[in-house]
Parts: sequence; structure tokens; C-alpha cells
Amino acid sequence: MTNLASLEVKNLELWYGKFQALRNISFAIPRNQITAIIGPSGCGKSSLLRCFNRMNDLIPGAKVKGEVLFDGSNIYLANIDPSEIRYRIGMVFQKPNPFPKSIFDNVAFGPRVNGLGINLEDTVERALRRAALWDEVKDRLRKGALELSGGQQQRLCIARVLAVEPEVILMDEPCSALDPVATLRIEDLMRDLAKEYTIVIVTHNMQQAARVSDMAAFLMMEEDRAGILVEYSSTSEIFTNPRDKRTEDYITGRFG
Amino acid sequence: MDSHLMFRRRLKTRQRQAGLFKVLFMAATTVGILTLAVLIIDVLKDGLGWLDWQFITSYPSRKPEDAGLLSAFFGSLWIMFLTGLFSFPVGVGAAIYLEEYAPDNRLKRIIQTNINNLAGVPSIVYGLLGLALFVQALALGRSLLAGAFTLTLMSLPVIIIATQEAIRSVPAAHRLGAFALGATRWQVVRHIVLPSALPGILTGTILAMSRAIGEAAPMIAISALVYLTFIPGNVMDRFTVLPIQIFNWVSRPQEDFWHLAAAGIIVLLIVLLGMNAIAIFLRNRYQRRHEE
Repeated sequence: MTNLASLEVKNLELWYGKFQALRNISFAIPRNQITAIIGPSGCGKSSLLRCFNRMNDLIPGAKVKGEVLFDGSNIYLANIDPSEIRYRIGMVFQKPNPFPKSIFDNVAFGPRVNGLGINLEDTVERALRRAALWDEVKDRLRKGALELSGGQQQRLCIARVLAVEPEVILMDEPCSALDPVATLRIEDLMRDLAKEYTIVIVTHNMQQAARVSDMAAFLMMEEDRAGILVEYSSTSEIFTNPRDKRTEDYITGRFG
Repeated sequence: MDSHLMFRRRLKTRQRQAGLFKVLFMAATTVGILTLAVLIIDVLKDGLGWLDWQFITSYPSRKPEDAGLLSAFFGSLWIMFLTGLFSFPVGVGAAIYLEEYAPDNRLKRIIQTNINNLAGVPSIVYGLLGLALFVQALALGRSLLAGAFTLTLMSLPVIIIATQEAIRSVPAAHRLGAFALGATRWQVVRHIVLPSALPGILTGTILAMSRAIGEAAPMIAISALVYLTFIPGNVMDRFTVLPIQIFNWVSRPQEDFWHLAAAGIIVLLIVLLGMNAIAIFLRNRYQRRHEE
């Protein structure tokens, strides 16, 4: 089971207007593992992540070529509704972005908009427990989500994603706005979630990639600033025995 | 040491300059507030003695002691209600379309520029448009409906612009978060954008409404300047409004009518303040509920 690819990228190219952001990216993301996308700033890590749940569709002028296969079928086919993709592939953002609603309504939002509003109380409790937040908020579910600390807000955003029971969770530098303690809690949570979910995380923090991920993809910019995939293998390979000189230079801190 | 001394001397000059500007800006504020205070005191002095139950419940009359603004008061309430009924959904709808749906192309920019310009068109122009379009071409006559449509046209640009600003101030992160959970565009608008934007939308709408019911010029253009001794019962009835009744009294030669005009202004001000109070109340209530 673990060897089956969850997402597979084939010759992916991404343009924003005339600017090419990604060039000829191909790799496969294994199920129930954590795959880290690493690389210097501006190399297209987040752009690549947004290709997996069609969030780039929302950016005017964005154009995707190539294929992203999810369970074997291309999510960019004309008859695919992006809402369905986003329902099956959840996303956690760089800055915690809880809605200005109650804690309960934040977690219930996904089930509600997707028409899964039965047993909301149970769904919300399960998601909050799964995100290791339940004990901290169970007495104030009707209070505003913005009163929570940054780390709690990010776990709330994870709970919000878990409530729709996706198959994949995309995380775009989920800890970059958090302090080290909150960061470690999220990382523990990710390891725990990887038992049931496929996780793809973008991070510019090398230690974080080394600590949490099973696989790592190293991206870099070419001269025209288009991002390319330099190397993709197991995290231990990338960090201890990189094949490409550029990967080695980057992870040993010689540039980036 | 020398440069330090120079710095000190310059600093003194700079601080004096800062003080001077503070006084200037305060004076600018005082001009506005003083004028308003004098106006209100003057109106109260002239009109308070004439403001009684008889004044509210009587129709206009040739005799100042019998005259009242009943028909104008209800005319204004009707106009306000109808104008709000038409302009709120259309204005908010147009703003949502422009901000959330319309592709960012030349056509949108043309429409946008036009809306911005229309917000600055003098109200008498809307009055003439209303006269030609609603009173004559659409044969609505000099009815409440024609008046409300005219003021709706006048209010729309203000409501659209205010709503657009309110929608733009909703953080992109909230929108993206909702999309990423599988929400459709309408669900994002309904559950994320509108709740956050509503206080701003309400404020803009009430401002536009306040301006609309204070307007005499466009209503004179569609000829609501009439001696009316009944309360309009349906939207096709003729009508008059408070500003016109006030205008009418002010232009009389007898001094007693000027007192009536002052009393009328007090009523109009109370209606306006009442509307603003409702707007603030709604806004606070909604804001609090939304953030809980």
C-alpha cells in the first residue's frame, strides 16, 4: 500500500502570464508518507504545491501544462470540478487563516459547504481531537477563533481540513509563522497524521524537512527563474548522500 | 559639539513648526464643528417653539398655525423605504459581480470608471433623467415609484463603490482558505465575503440613503413640489418629501413660515440621526456576532 503513488506529476509546466514558474517537473508522491518540497526562495515550491489542488486556477493568467495524476486520473481534465479536488486534497496555509467565526463554525465550515452537515458535533469533535486541539478548546467552541494563539490557530486550520476527511493534506510552510514550541507540536502532529494521510509539505527549513519527511524533492531556479526539479529521493538520501552537486551545495548551506 | 548645538537650535525650530501645524489643523476642525453648532442652535431657537404634535399630524395649510408636514413626513418615509428596497440589492449585487466575478479586462475598467464618475454627477441631473425616463417615457407619472427610481439611480454608484471597498477589505487568506476546503464561489461570497463586508456595506448604504432623503433638487425636477393633503397610500400616488416642504416654507414671505421651516429641519435631522443610529446599531450587533 505504502508504495502506491498518491499523486503523480508528469511533465508539469506552470506559467503566470508570460512568466514560466515551473518547467518539466515529474515525480510521484507516495501514499501515507510525508513528502517535503525544499529549495531556495522563489524557486516555485508553493506554486508547485498549489498545482496539486488547483489553487492556481484562482490566479488570473495562471496556466498549467502536463498532468497531475490523483489515483491515476488527471485532475486537470476539463470535466473535473476543482471543488471536488480541493475537497479530497486539503490545504494548510503559511499563515494560520482561521475565519472570523467561532471555533466550532471554523471546523464545521468544510462539512457544511460540502453538504456533509449531519452529526456536525461529532465531526467537529473528532477533527479537533485528531488535530490535538480538543482539550484546549472543548469549553469554548462557540468563542471566536481569532482569540486562539498562533499555534492553536494553525492546529485549528489543520482540524478544519481534517473535518472533510481528505485523502491528501498539502502544507505550505505551515510553521513559518510559529514559535519553536508550536512548531514542534505541529511536526509531532504531522508524523501522527501520516499514518492515515498523504502529506506534502513545503518548507524552507532544512532541519524541519530532515526531521519530519520521508521523501524530499529539491527544486531550484534556472536562469530565467523557472523552477526545475533537481533531485527527488528519500529524505535520508538527499541529506546524507545527494547525487546532484547543486543539492549538496544547498543542503550544506553553500547557497540559498 | 558645534553640530550638536546646531541640531538643538534646528530641533527647536522644527518643534515650533510642528506646534504651528497642530494649531492649524485644530482650527480647521473647529471651523466645521462651530458652523454645525451655530446652525443647530439657530434652527432649534427658530423652530423648537413650533414643533408640536399638531405640526407632525397636520397637512400643509395657508395659515401657519394650522400647517404641518404629515404628508411630507410620510412621503419621505415611503421614498426612503422604496429607494432602499431597490438600491440595496442592485447596488450590492453589482459590486459583488464586479469584485468577485467580472474578469479584469478593459470592459470592467470602463464600467468602473463610469461608476466612479456617476457618483459625482449633481443630483439635479438625476432629477432631469428621472423626469424624462420614469415620469414621461415609462409613464409612471409624478408618482412615488418615479421618485424612488430616480433616487435609486442616484444612490447606486455610492452603494456600489462602498460595497466594493468593503469586499476588497476582506483578507485574501480567508477567501483562499474557503476555496481550499472545496467551497464554490457563491459559498465563498455568502459565508466568508459578505459576513465580513456587511458592516461596511451597511454604512455605505445608510450614507447613500441619508443623502437621498435629504435631496430636494431631483424631487423638484420630477415635480414633487405640490400642496398635498393626503398620505400616499400606494406607489403610484403623488407625493412630496420633507426637504421640499421645508424649501416651500422658506420661500414664503411671512416670517411664521420660516419658523415652520426650522421645525421641519429639526424633524428631518431627527429622521437622519435616527437612520444613522440604526446603522450603527446594526453594524455593532452584526460585527460582534460575526466575531464570536
